Amino acid sequence: MYRGQSGQWSWLLHRVTGLAILLFLLVHIVDITLIGFGPTIYNDAISIFSLWPIRLVSLALIGAVLFHAFNGIRIILIDFWAAGYKYQSQMFYVVLAVTILCFLPMAYFVVAPIFGICPQGSCSMTAM
Amino acid sequence: MAAPVKEGQKITSYGASARPTGGTGFETFSWWFFRVSGVALVFLAIIHLFLMHVSTDVSETVYDFVAKRYDNPFWRGYDLLLLTLALFHGLNGLRIVCDDYISSRGWRVAIVSGIFVIAISFWLLGMMTIITFHRNINVAQSILGMLGH
Repeated sequence: MYRGQSGQWSWLLHRVTGLAILLFLLVHIVDITLIGFGPTIYNDAISIFSLWPIRLVSLALIGAVLFHAFNGIRIILIDFWAAGYKYQSQMFYVVLAVTILCFLPMAYFVVAPIFGICPQGSCSMTAM
Repeated sequence: MAAPVKEGQKITSYGASARPTGGTGFETFSWWFFRVSGVALVFLAIIHLFLMHVSTDVSETVYDFVAKRYDNPFWRGYDLLLLTLALFHGLNGLRIVCDDYISSRGWRVAIVSGIFVIAISFWLLGMMTIITFHRNINVAQSILGMLGH
């Protein structure tokens, strides 16, 4: 980190979110393999995703993906738009704003079942 | 390794290597792959999250849900593309991070080789799962059966 300006924070966040998403992806490839073992084993295994702590992990993953995606667009804009580098700092704040704006409604759908609310009409919670 | 910066080129810190000035080497390919796969993944990954956590609650994404989805070859193709681009985008990112922090050449070569093995193994595993899935057929049991168990 150098003087902790927005460029460094975006760089660090891009790395950390990228590595976290990768770790989840590797786990996810393995857990989805269980679908080849039939409905009983698969449904039993993925009921883990409905535990409240795992819902919170999913929520963190959603936040990480949204930030990484929008900050990636910012990086591409700096690469291909001649004047892009002049606005890198402003664009970083736009990235943060858009991330939060998309995150909040998605978070409601993920977290609501913990409190017994099913926005989609049907959902269930796995008891701890 | 980061792409070389030309003398006099304006360097801004924005979280990525500078745009390559040409060349056909692996690092140039890597730079372009990050951006092309990244643009595709913005849509592929966010739509995937929306489908699995918003339009349907994650607790309802059970075997039957996947079976109905995979009756349509479009979604198998969608998942194959998402798997392939996300895995290679992510592991290539890990490779860049290792290049940055591992100064010993021997260790770097060993770890980057390991990343390559992980990439191929997980890709094959994921592809196999998506392609061989068939409603009411226990693929794992079939494979074990063929092996004589």
